[in-house]
Amino acid sequence: MSFLSRTLPRTLAVASIAMLAALWAGCAGDYPQSTFSPVTELGVRINELFASLFWWTMLVLVIVFVLLVYILIRFRSRPGVEPKKFYGNNLAEIGWTLGPAMIVVILLVPTVRTIFYTYEEPPEDALVVEAVGHQWWWEFRYPQLGIITANEMHLPVGRPVDIRLSSADVIHNWWVPRLGGKRYNYPIAARPQGAPEPKNYERISFTVNEPGQYSGQCAEFCGESHALMRMMVVAESPEEFDAWVQGMKAPANAVPAAGTLEEQGYNAFLRVGCTACHAVAGTPAMGRLGPDLTGIGSRWKIGAGLLPNTAEHLAKWIRNSAEVKPGSKMLAFPNITDEDMTAIIAYLQSLR
Amino acid sequence: MATAEATIRTAAEPKSGIWSWITTVDHKRIGIMYGVTALAFFLIGGIEALLIRIQLAKPENDFLSAEVYNQMFTMHGTTMIFLFAMPIFVALFNYIVPLQIGARDVAFPRLNALSYWIFLLGGLFLNASFLFGAAPNAGWFGYAPLTSTTYSPGLNIDFWAVGLQILGVSSIMGGVNFITTIINLRAPGMTLMRMPLFTWMTFVTSFLLITALPVLAVGLFFLSFDRFYGTNFYVANAGGEPILWQHLFWIFGHPEVYILILPAFGIISDVLPTFARKPLFGYALVVYSGVLIAFISWGVWAHHMFATGLGPIADSFFAITTMIVGIPTGVKIFNWLATLWGGKIKFTTAMLFAIGLIPLFTMGGVSGMHHASPPADLQQTDTYYVVAHFHYVILGGVAMGIFSGIYYWFPKITGKFLDETLGKWHFWLFVIGVNLTFFPMHFAGLLGMPRRTFTYSAELNLQTYNMIETIGGFVTAIATLVFIWNVVRSLRKGEAAGANPWGAHTLEWATTSPPPEYNFAELPEIRSREPLWDHPEDYDAQAQIVTHEIHMPSPSFWPLLTAIGVTVTFGLMMTKLWWPPLIGLAWTAIAVMNWAYEPASKH
Repeated sequence: MSFLSRTLPRTLAVASIAMLAALWAGCAGDYPQSTFSPVTELGVRINELFASLFWWTMLVLVIVFVLLVYILIRFRSRPGVEPKKFYGNNLAEIGWTLGPAMIVVILLVPTVRTIFYTYEEPPEDALVVEAVGHQWWWEFRYPQLGIITANEMHLPVGRPVDIRLSSADVIHNWWVPRLGGKRYNYPIAARPQGAPEPKNYERISFTVNEPGQYSGQCAEFCGESHALMRMMVVAESPEEFDAWVQGMKAPANAVPAAGTLEEQGYNAFLRVGCTACHAVAGTPAMGRLGPDLTGIGSRWKIGAGLLPNTAEHLAKWIRNSAEVKPGSKMLAFPNITDEDMTAIIAYLQSLR
Repeated sequence: MATAEATIRTAAEPKSGIWSWITTVDHKRIGIMYGVTALAFFLIGGIEALLIRIQLAKPENDFLSAEVYNQMFTMHGTTMIFLFAMPIFVALFNYIVPLQIGARDVAFPRLNALSYWIFLLGGLFLNASFLFGAAPNAGWFGYAPLTSTTYSPGLNIDFWAVGLQILGVSSIMGGVNFITTIINLRAPGMTLMRMPLFTWMTFVTSFLLITALPVLAVGLFFLSFDRFYGTNFYVANAGGEPILWQHLFWIFGHPEVYILILPAFGIISDVLPTFARKPLFGYALVVYSGVLIAFISWGVWAHHMFATGLGPIADSFFAITTMIVGIPTGVKIFNWLATLWGGKIKFTTAMLFAIGLIPLFTMGGVSGMHHASPPADLQQTDTYYVVAHFHYVILGGVAMGIFSGIYYWFPKITGKFLDETLGKWHFWLFVIGVNLTFFPMHFAGLLGMPRRTFTYSAELNLQTYNMIETIGGFVTAIATLVFIWNVVRSLRKGEAAGANPWGAHTLEWATTSPPPEYNFAELPEIRSREPLWDHPEDYDAQAQIVTHEIHMPSPSFWPLLTAIGVTVTFGLMMTKLWWPPLIGLAWTAIAVMNWAYEPASKH
């Protein structure tokens, strides 16, 4: 009995502190989707607010814990000691109502300030990116630049970005933790004539301060492969960004030179039905049901962040994407000949 | 138990055998049926949780397919909330509240039975979906438009919408019953401010039940009509509004979580004084804070929607109300600490669970305060940080209250103690398991793991956290097995318990364990909040003499038939034709008519 009432509780107390320390040390590791290393002011402001919330509430938690431990030790049942009956104390009630109330007020001030900050209109010259959620991939349109891509979003460092969120089907949620918070991609009905501009709930804006690759994923349950709806934001210098934009508008290898394997692949690509859903800038392929494939050769992964971008995985994907991504709406293509497949993959990999 | 000259009048029907249980209207039997059924669903929901944790133990695991996983997390949440937590409290409302207020039964005994049968049939209906390979799979919160026929063409969401509609009827009926019981059937001298806290919180929860469940019903009717009859409430490109579902669901959903926690608060407010041997500190404030929490709970729902972009005014409003609701909650915590202060604390298992609620629920409250700030919530929402939060308040709050109540009142219900040694093993394994599973989730969430994902990339480096969480799940499972073993063993050969084995202060301890069918022969006028402590000479359970006729309500099978009618009515909506539900409605009407003309007491 002493094990259960003495040894076990004390061992647990020590173990918990050790575990806490171990978990905290874990924070120093490499976590690509950590919210603790933001690269935007939005992310930094959110974390500052969180720090404030954390420490004030920790104060309350520690007070409760310390009081409880003291009480359990000091007032445990001992022979001969009878408790005094008391029913209440108004001063105490006022104290522990006003105390937390004051903390609430202290926390609400930065909260409301930061709320208004997160809804601030981005400047007029912000880069607009329309992020459209699909089951289960991301479409990224740059209306000011006339390009459309998928799953990998390039952004210039140091320039305000205005991400306008929407969905082609169910509710999705755009989240790249190192860039700040998340917002819903909401299926917006076709706007009638003269409808006002997108409201607050359809956008998130920030400026990326540091070049790098920032991974993210959908954060609202959107169906079978919700867990596999990933994306990568590539933040680069303005020059690199402009080069990327040029490459997307007028890709050099869109129509390969005659007689090459890539040209064979290009013809097969047009022939076997890819163009029903896919598009490649600079070619007759203009399908919009599926991800845009301009520049697919240099994308960090395929299948919306699911598979490495290699010939073997491309073949697997094309033959039957639903096998690797349950519920995938891309048709299976079991009948493409090996020869055609090799050529198509060579073509796709040449699109850089 | 002397039964001198007078007789207890009930219809001459058998007291044992399955027919007596099917037709019972005795609140004690109905309470037991609720309890056993809820615990069975607890085990099912627990298995669903273990399957989830096995799948997530390592990244890119293939133990469960995506579809099965999505069904598991949906059914785990739906089962635990609607088929375990709510009904197990109703089990205790049923058994204990009439005893605590000195009544013989609830105000509407047959309605009480109806509530139970609808619950059982609704729970079976929902789980029958597994037989069709079509368990609900869009989350326990089922957001539109994912739940529309366009994106969920199968039977899964049909089962979900209809199943929850059926269950809602049970809850609303129960709420009406308990409000009426508590207002009308209190023993003479028991003013509202002399009621035990468990009864008080039952009262407040019942008001939440009858007002919140109808909102869910409306939301579900819109969803059902969209799915079965071609309306477009939630269909965006037909002019509908998907976000309407979220508003309706959460206007129900937030009071719902207070429906879950307030009874737990009520239980420990009765248990802590008993084992600290002194009265509850600040009784009035504990009552008022419970009432205030219930009121405020209506004004916080959109904190579940902070990432939908409601705009700065709405965000600010809901941030303020959400933070404010933490204040009366804190008042309760401090009043409980003050109850313990200066006491003579006896660490029985019931007391351990009651004490354990204080730190664990406070941890959940702390993460809840973090969510209350919309900008911070933009990172936290839809991640495992939220999963950590609500499991701490549910397992560290709701479940602790439930287990405290079970260990506390088991002797009253069965006349036997639950074993204390096994109970302590249960407690410690449970606390260890819960913390192992849910504490790391705070980190996993803020390190980038979203919710409701059947797998996660190895590149996120979160496998260690997930593995620890899975191990914790198994520790909790072992704790549960210890508990089940304790129940089974104690029912067979537990140590006998008298009328008031804990030396407690409320009326349920003034009668035998278990109580006779009529609960109390006579009750003197109630003169204080702790009648058994302040006037022990008035309450001798063994000296109860029945000196007059006691009319008890007669058993009836119409509640079961009505429950079948209600289930059939809603179930036939799944045919997508307009007329089959009318068959169910006709059946229900016939059953209700017969019920109405049947006398409550057959003599």
